[in-house]
Amino acid sequence: MNAFTGTPHLIRLILRRDRVRLPIWILAITALVGATASAITGLYETPEEMAGYASTADSPATRLMSGRPDGLDNVGAITAYEISVSGLVAVALMVTFLVVRHTRTEEESGHAELLRATVSGRHAAMLAAAVVATAASVTIGILDAVVLVASGLDPGGSVLHGTVLAAVGLVFAGVAAAAAQLTSASRSALGIAMGVLALSFVVRGVGDVADNALSWLSPLGWALLTQPYGAARWWLLLPLVALAVALVGPTVWLTAHRDAGAGMLHPRPGPARARGSLGTATGLAWRLQRGSILGWTTGLVLGALLMGSVGPELDDMIAANPDLAEFFASTGADPVSAFLVTAFGLLGVVAAGFAASSALRLRSEESAGRAEAVLATGLSRTRWALGSLTVTVVATVVIMGLIGLATAAAFAAASGDSSSFGTFTAAGLALTPAVLVVAGLAVLLTGWLPRYSSAAFALVVFAFVQSYLGNLLDLPGWLSAFSPFWHLAEMPVEDFAVGPAATVLAVGLGLGALGMVGLRRRDLAG
Amino acid sequence: MTNAISMDGVVKTFGEVRALDGLDLHVATGEVHGFLGPNGAGKSTAMRVLLGMLRTEAGSTRLLGGDPWSQASELHRRIAYVPGDVNLWPTLTGGEVIDLLGRMRGGLDDRRRAELLERFELDPTKKARTYSKGNRQKVALVAALSADAELLLLDEPTSGLDPLMEAAFQQSVDEATAQGATVLLSSHILAEVEALCDKVSIIRAGRTVQSGTLADLRHLTRTTVVAETADRVRGLDALPGVHHPEFHDHRVTFDVDTDHLDEAMRLVSAAGVRSLTAHPPTLEELFLRQYGDDVAAADATAERTRSGDEVPA
Repeated sequence: MNAFTGTPHLIRLILRRDRVRLPIWILAITALVGATASAITGLYETPEEMAGYASTADSPATRLMSGRPDGLDNVGAITAYEISVSGLVAVALMVTFLVVRHTRTEEESGHAELLRATVSGRHAAMLAAAVVATAASVTIGILDAVVLVASGLDPGGSVLHGTVLAAVGLVFAGVAAAAAQLTSASRSALGIAMGVLALSFVVRGVGDVADNALSWLSPLGWALLTQPYGAARWWLLLPLVALAVALVGPTVWLTAHRDAGAGMLHPRPGPARARGSLGTATGLAWRLQRGSILGWTTGLVLGALLMGSVGPELDDMIAANPDLAEFFASTGADPVSAFLVTAFGLLGVVAAGFAASSALRLRSEESAGRAEAVLATGLSRTRWALGSLTVTVVATVVIMGLIGLATAAAFAAASGDSSSFGTFTAAGLALTPAVLVVAGLAVLLTGWLPRYSSAAFALVVFAFVQSYLGNLLDLPGWLSAFSPFWHLAEMPVEDFAVGPAATVLAVGLGLGALGMVGLRRRDLAG
Repeated sequence: MTNAISMDGVVKTFGEVRALDGLDLHVATGEVHGFLGPNGAGKSTAMRVLLGMLRTEAGSTRLLGGDPWSQASELHRRIAYVPGDVNLWPTLTGGEVIDLLGRMRGGLDDRRRAELLERFELDPTKKARTYSKGNRQKVALVAALSADAELLLLDEPTSGLDPLMEAAFQQSVDEATAQGATVLLSSHILAEVEALCDKVSIIRAGRTVQSGTLADLRHLTRTTVVAETADRVRGLDALPGVHHPEFHDHRVTFDVDTDHLDEAMRLVSAAGVRSLTAHPPTLEELFLRQYGDDVAAADATAERTRSGDEVPA
C-alpha cells in the first residue's frame, strides 16, 4: 500500500456524489459561453460595427470587469472579451467548491475517517479530488472550444480559449487544495481560496484599469492577456500550468506533516466560562460568525478602497483617448460615475454572497444537529432564527455602509475632491435592500425546502450574470426582474429612488417572514 | 399520580418509513423510566417528538401537562435533554457551551456546575473540536444536570462513557430523582436500566411491545434452574411450561415459565436435591426474547448466555 492506494475508488465516490452537481456546473458554463457567442456573432458583422464596439469598450468599468480591450477587431476577440472573465471565475468557483467539499469538508465531518481506515492512502483523497477537478476543467475547456468553433470563430483561437479556461481551473484547484490543508474548518478553507480568487480579480482589474503591470501579477491577468483571437500568447499557458504544479508541492508536504482532521494551526485552550454576551441566540450567532464577518468585511472594504482609488485616474485616461472622450461627451454620462455604478454592482453581488451564507447558518446549524441543543433549552424557533438573522442583517448593513464609505474615502484621498463623499457612501448603502432579498430567499428555502436551501446562491450567480451580461444576452425584462439589484436606481449616475428600494426591501422581508412560517411548521432535521 | 409523559397511539412517518407506528408511552411523575429498544426502533424519534422537533401524524402526546409541539419553548424551560449524538460548536470550549445552554434555559447553578465538572473529570477549557465522543457527551450531561429540570430526557446518554463515568452518571441521576425529577432514559445498556429504572418500556419497530416494572416483566418470562439431584428428575419433559430440559448424569438444566415454577420444583425436590441454582432472567434475556424475530434464534442465544453464566452454587 502506498500513499495513493484507493484513489480510483475515491474518484468513483466523488463522481457518484456529484453526479448531478458537476454536470450542472459544466453545462451552465458551456451554455453561458454559447449564448454569449451567438449573441455577439449576430450583433457585430461589419468592421465598422466592431470598431464602434471597441471604442465604447474602452471605459474603466469594462476594463475592470473584462480586462484590456486590445485587438477587438474581430468577432472572436469581442466574444472572448465579453465572456472570458465570467467563464474563468465560474470555473475557478467550481473547482474550489469541488476540491474543498471532497477533502476538508469530508475530514471535518468525520466521513474521511471511515475511508482512511479502509485501504486508502494518505494522499488518496486529495489526489481523487484533484483528478476530478482536472477532468471537469478539461471537459469545460473542450466544450468551450467546441461551442466557440461551432459559433463560427477561428479554430486556433477557440482551442487556446478553451485551454486557458482549463488551465485556470487547474490553478484554482491547486489553490483550494493548499487552502484545505491550512485550516481544520472547511468554511475557512473556502474563505481562503475565495479570498485568493477575489484578490486575483481585483489585482488584475486595477492593473487593467490603470494600464500598468499589476495585471501581470494575477493568474486571471495571465489568462486574459493570452488574447486567443488577437495576440494569441500561447506561452502564457506556461506560468499558469507552472503555478498549478507549484501548488502541488506545498499541498503534499502539508498533508504529509499534519494529523488527519487537523490543520496546521493547533487549537489552544479557551475560556472555561462563557462571556456575558454568549447566552442568547444573537450572542451565539455573533460568536459563531464573527470570524467570517470580519473576513468578508475586510475583503469587501479592500475591494472598495481599490475601486475608489482608481476613480481619479479615469479622467487622465479619458483625456488621453479622444474617441472615448467624444463618446462620453456625446452620451452626457460622467465616466467616473459610470465606473462606480459597475464597481458598486460588483461589490453588492459579492456582499449578497455573504448575506446568503450568513442566513444559511440557520440551516447548517440545524443539519449539524446543533440547533437541537439550543432549541431544547426553551428558546422558540422564531426567536432562535430571528436572533441569528439579526446578526445577518446588521452585518449586511454595516458592510454595505463600509463599502460606500471606503470607496468615497479612497476616491477623496486620491483625487483631493471630497464633494461626492456623501453620494458615494449613500450609493453603497442603497444596495442593502437587494442584498437582503438574497438573505430573505435563503430563509424562505430554509423554511420550506431545507434540503435545497443552498440554491439561494443561485440568485447571487444570477444577479452577477444579469448585471454583467444581461444587456448583451438581451434578457427579457421579466427574467431580469429576478435580480433584486436590477430594480434599484444606479447610483451615483441616477438619484436614489425611494419607491424601488422600499419595494425590494419589502420583498426581502416578505420572503424572510414566509420562511419563518415554514420553519415553525416543519420537522427539524436531527 | 400524574403522568409527566403520556404518548398514545403516536404515529410519525418519514416518507415510506413508519418510524413510530402507534407508540404508547406513559411515564409517571417522579419515576425513572427506561426506554429500551434495538437500533432504529424509534427511541430517538420519540424523544424528538417529546421535544417538539417533530410533528406527529396521529395519536396524542402530552408532556408535563402541555402539548410539546405548540408549547415547546415554555415546556423546554422545565426540561433538560441530552441527545444521543452530541454535536457541539467546534470553536466554542466545553465551558462556554455549558454556560450558553444554561443561560438560554434561564440560568444554571454554578456550584452544581463546578461539582459536575469535577465528578465527570471534564476540562472546560478545551475547544469542542478536540473533544472525544465521550467528552462531548459529558458536556451535554453537565449542561443538562446543572439545570434544575423537572424532566430529564436522556437519549443513550452513556454510550460513549467509560464504566467509572457511568457510575458518576448513575449517581447524578439518583441525585436528580431525589430532588423529585422525572427521568426518561433510553438505553442499550441493560445493567444501567436495571440499576436506575423503576419502570421499563420496550419498543420495537415504532410500537411499544411491553411496559411495566422490571418485576412485572420478569413475571412474563422464565426462570433458569440448574439442579443436582440424587436420582434422575422424572416427568419434566411432560410438564407444560418447561423448556429445553438437559440431563447430564445427576445434573439437570431447564427453563420454566413462572406460572409452572411450583410444579417443576416439586418434581425436582422429589428426586432429592443436592444443590440448586435458580436465577431470574437477566434483562439481556428479556430483551432478546422481545426482539428475537425468530424464537429459535432467541432461544439459542439465551442458551449461550446461560451456559456462559453458569457458576456452581
